[in-house]
Amino acid sequence: MRFAYLLPLLALFGLSGCSSGSWGWYVVNPTTPSGQRNLMFLLDGLYYTLALSVTAILISVILGLLVALPGLATQRPPRIINRVYVEVVRAVPILVLILWVYYGLPQVADISISVFWAGVLALAISDSAFQAEIFRAGIQSVDRGQHEAAHSISLGYVDKMRFVILPQAIKRILPALGNQLVYMLKMSSLVSVIGMEELTRRANELVVTEYRPLEIYTVLVIEYLVLILLVSAAVRWLERRMGASDQR
Amino acid sequence: MRDSLPVRSPTATGGKSAVDGSAFISLRSVDKFFGDFQALDDVSLDIGLGQKIVVCGPSGSGKSTLIRCINRLETHDRGEIAIDGVKLDGGAAARAVLRNNVGMVFQQFNLFPHLSILDNLTLGPVRARGLELAAARELAEYYLARVKIPEQIDKYPHQLSGGQQQRVAIARALCMEPRIMLFDEPTSALDPEMIAEVLEVIEELAGSGMTMIVVTHEMGFAGHVADQMVFMDHGKIVEMAPPDTFFSTPESERCRTFLQQILRH
Ligand SMILES: Nc1ncnc2c1ncn2[C@@H]1O[C@H](COP(=O)(O)OP(=O)(O)OP(=O)(O)O)[C@@H](O)[C@H]1O
Ligand SMILES: [Mg+2]
Repeated sequence: MRFAYLLPLLALFGLSGCSSGSWGWYVVNPTTPSGQRNLMFLLDGLYYTLALSVTAILISVILGLLVALPGLATQRPPRIINRVYVEVVRAVPILVLILWVYYGLPQVADISISVFWAGVLALAISDSAFQAEIFRAGIQSVDRGQHEAAHSISLGYVDKMRFVILPQAIKRILPALGNQLVYMLKMSSLVSVIGMEELTRRANELVVTEYRPLEIYTVLVIEYLVLILLVSAAVRWLERRMGASDQR
Repeated sequence: MRDSLPVRSPTATGGKSAVDGSAFISLRSVDKFFGDFQALDDVSLDIGLGQKIVVCGPSGSGKSTLIRCINRLETHDRGEIAIDGVKLDGGAAARAVLRNNVGMVFQQFNLFPHLSILDNLTLGPVRARGLELAAARELAEYYLARVKIPEQIDKYPHQLSGGQQQRVAIARALCMEPRIMLFDEPTSALDPEMIAEVLEVIEELAGSGMTMIVVTHEMGFAGHVADQMVFMDHGKIVEMAPPDTFFSTPESERCRTFLQQILRH
């Protein structure tokens, strides 16, 4: 039974039917106008959750690659830069980074930064340390002979990476990248603390006006659950498709 | 001990195409270290345009290191390597001379698994030599025909047999239109029934006047193709002679023992 793990959840809802005292599903009942309005209000946060996560992961992939490359150098100094970046960034909690970027960075750098871009930047930086490690491992897993063959046809470093090494590395790190996207979707909920109107913030706001935390947060859980199951399925589909073109 | 006899000087051996001072490839007292381990020990060698050198010797004797230093997959630590008069250092002139002159074929083929045969062949010409895609494609078709598998152009490496893959690898190197081809045990990773087809292609290439350095233990092939046989041991060139003398009257004890072992099976 693949979905056996959903049974306890169903039981919970079943329970709510009998002991209606503690549950008040009316707040999100799609058949009533107010429930419908509340549901739409909650679902509206989806846009920013997705926008935040997708933008952040795109930036963190690029950052991660830029950080991974010096980590693969034969000389010491670039490798040290890579290590320091990865260790420092990994040591800072995401929530702290979000607060620092939003409240601290404008003062340090004398710029104004929107909630959205503060969130994106903090998520991207935080994730880039993990991306860097993923890329480094992926690139290192490509056979040395591939580098040598690229050298033997006189490809420069950039061409070698772009046409020979990275396409092979990316295929191998795709599952890890998928995991990072899922992780990012979850971590984006933290950006609610600086006022980003994403899923979690919307739920918090509705709880304040409706006083039904149990139902509203249950909807929130389901929102993330569905979102992440869909993304995981998409990543697996992509993996299969890319894997099919090269079985070696 | 005959072992310690001086190595026959390459220029003094007077092979089929002896060189007069201006060798196309020249190595002068080349040393290569891996940490404390000396993989090449005072190697000097002159190779004229069109000459074919076959290198043999026991495992770990430095054969691969020798040819890898010639295309700078390894950098030598002492001495001098020059190709067409250009000294191999890290500079742009050295890179240009390698790009325009030197191709290499590996024991493990090292084809790009994610690219079609056509893309394997055109990548170098397009990205490194700046050819138009159409011209590169023509080149690819031409050399794929020369290695006798023109019909495989749209396949992927994993769809080909080992022998076919190695022939694609040879074509890939040829698409750079080099004047020297380096082969590092090109048939050692092949099933026995595929060795002949690859050796045949290499022999034809030799017949076309290509300068070649081949590391191999296929002694029948070596006898046909080589102008000079080189025997290496412990990072040194121990013996160098044209194949008939090399096989009939090897000078050093080590070389004799090695040949006996090789030719026994
Ligand atoms: N990258 C490296 N790092 C350390 N040692 C190396 C490296 N490459 C080669 N060596 C050592 O240098 C010596 C010569 O190696 P090389 O590959 O040139 O030998 P070979 O004659 O080609 O042997 P084989 O017949 O096994 O291919 C060996 O002892 C090997 O262990
Ligand atoms: Mg070798």
